Amino acid sequence: MWRSPLRGPWLTSVFGAVLLACLPIVIVTGLLSYIAYGPQLSQAIPGDVGWLHLPVFDWPTQPAWLFRLNQGLHVGLGLVIIPVVLAKLWSVIPRLFDWPPARSLAQALERLSLLFLVGGILFELATGVLNIQYDYIFGFSFYTAHYFGAWVFIAAFLVHVAIKLPRLIAALRSRPFSAELRTSLDNTRPEPPDPDGLVPAEPGPATFSRRGVLALTGGGSLLVAVMALGQTLGGAARPLSFLLPRGRDMGSGPNDFEINRTAAAAAIAPADIGDSWRLSLQGGRLMLDRAQLLAMPQHSATLPIACVEGWSTTQTWTGVRLRDLAGLAGVTAPLSAQVQSLEKSGAFNQAALQANQVLNPDALLALRVNGVDLSVDHGYPARVIVPAMPGVHNTKWVRSLDFRSG
Amino acid sequence: MRTPSHQDSPLTRFRAFYGAHPLHLLALLASFALVGYVVVVVGPPVLFDSSVWWQAIIVWFLGAVLLHDLVLFPLYALADRAVTGLLRRRRRGTPDVPVLNYLRVPVLASGLLLLLFFPGIIGQGGDTYLAATGQTQEPFLSRWLLFTAASFAISAIAYAVRVGRRRQHQHRRHHAGPRT
Repeated sequence: MWRSPLRGPWLTSVFGAVLLACLPIVIVTGLLSYIAYGPQLSQAIPGDVGWLHLPVFDWPTQPAWLFRLNQGLHVGLGLVIIPVVLAKLWSVIPRLFDWPPARSLAQALERLSLLFLVGGILFELATGVLNIQYDYIFGFSFYTAHYFGAWVFIAAFLVHVAIKLPRLIAALRSRPFSAELRTSLDNTRPEPPDPDGLVPAEPGPATFSRRGVLALTGGGSLLVAVMALGQTLGGAARPLSFLLPRGRDMGSGPNDFEINRTAAAAAIAPADIGDSWRLSLQGGRLMLDRAQLLAMPQHSATLPIACVEGWSTTQTWTGVRLRDLAGLAGVTAPLSAQVQSLEKSGAFNQAALQANQVLNPDALLALRVNGVDLSVDHGYPARVIVPAMPGVHNTKWVRSLDFRSG
Repeated sequence: MRTPSHQDSPLTRFRAFYGAHPLHLLALLASFALVGYVVVVVGPPVLFDSSVWWQAIIVWFLGAVLLHDLVLFPLYALADRAVTGLLRRRRRGTPDVPVLNYLRVPVLASGLLLLLFFPGIIGQGGDTYLAATGQTQEPFLSRWLLFTAASFAISAIAYAVRVGRRRQHQHRRHHAGPRT
């Protein structure tokens, strides 16, 4: 039934080694992303994760591209490993149909853990791939499912590495990598029979060399890497993401950059953002109109907005420093700030900022972008922009700011 | 495998009963306990919570495995086997360059992009896409088709070059032949 002469412990171990190098980065950046959302301010999703999180710390505001890098790595590398995951599953799939399914208790338990391993990685990849394309066909909360799914995968991944690492090392040593890269199709022979039965009993003729299969898989990963890189780097590289939502040409005007949630989707009424708009500070004790805000000292900062979905866009924002507004409100040493949007419903119509996010000199209540007023879709009359903060916490259509000193 | 006797060490007897070193069991039990803890923290109702049966987290977790192992893999393996068999039969008598991999590579490249980016390509989730981006998914099908066209075209050119070189080579051998 199984005929490919390429299947064997060496090939499986090469794919395994690549995944062993990449997956810890995908896992750690994913867990860091949870911290970036601010669990200490009760705004990380899912809310209650028990002990299932990294030590909580205040997400830094320096360097400004920190969240962009974190998510670019998480999403980009997560996409890049997909061809490798598929190739590795192809390489071990004969074992799925082993009969009898288990010859010992040890094997039965190990197979159960493989269900968590394979189910975990496929579930994480599938939900991640759909989420970055705004396709919520799965129906459940992406954050909850992707976060806890990751922990199931982590549990299975750790034990899989512990059990298989010696075999991986032995298999990689069995055939020098450089020699395999010099072996043409005509000289491609099956690996010697292995105890796991990956090498077929009756292999057919080779139609690919091992280096050919590695080039094919690597080529697939490279294709996906190029696609992912465009939306993270932006600028001239953006068109590389030609099948991703954030690989589109947005035009050349000052407000022509990527929108996350339109004013229409947020149900922002024109009356709410007209001349009657006021920024409320400290629960309405101070009300400022846009002219008063524009009369305050203005500061400009070129900052990326980076989304959890791995894309980002860098613009030059101008507005009032959040710390100046805190000072105006009489809070000289704010410990946090609560930002509320005009948007009435929606998971991100408010955000809590940490002390460092309020006090950073580049943290702004932006009124203008690239030299003009913000467009309505970008948050007119005013929006928050803080270095290295998750994109959705840069609240648009700000209604109120409340600085807290305790 | 022989049956363990009373003279055997406890380790040997354990191995004979369990089938691996005790550490294997301990590591797996730790892993299962962590999975159990995850399930408890999520709360089983969340795993099953859905008015539509196939939109439950547990269904997607198991469904992902079933879809890969029992649908995606059999489909691509059978398709590959059918094409390989067909080409092998047709190739008899024509000692040309095998076309198989010149088919496989563009099919896999195009298939990989379809697998990853099908929501945009088939226009699934248009409402949420519009709400998030202010745009439609209109360009993606054409872009994917253009990419597919380019992949096959590049593969065709590469194949033509290989065939041309092979013919030239055979031609030269044919002309050089009688003189030696």
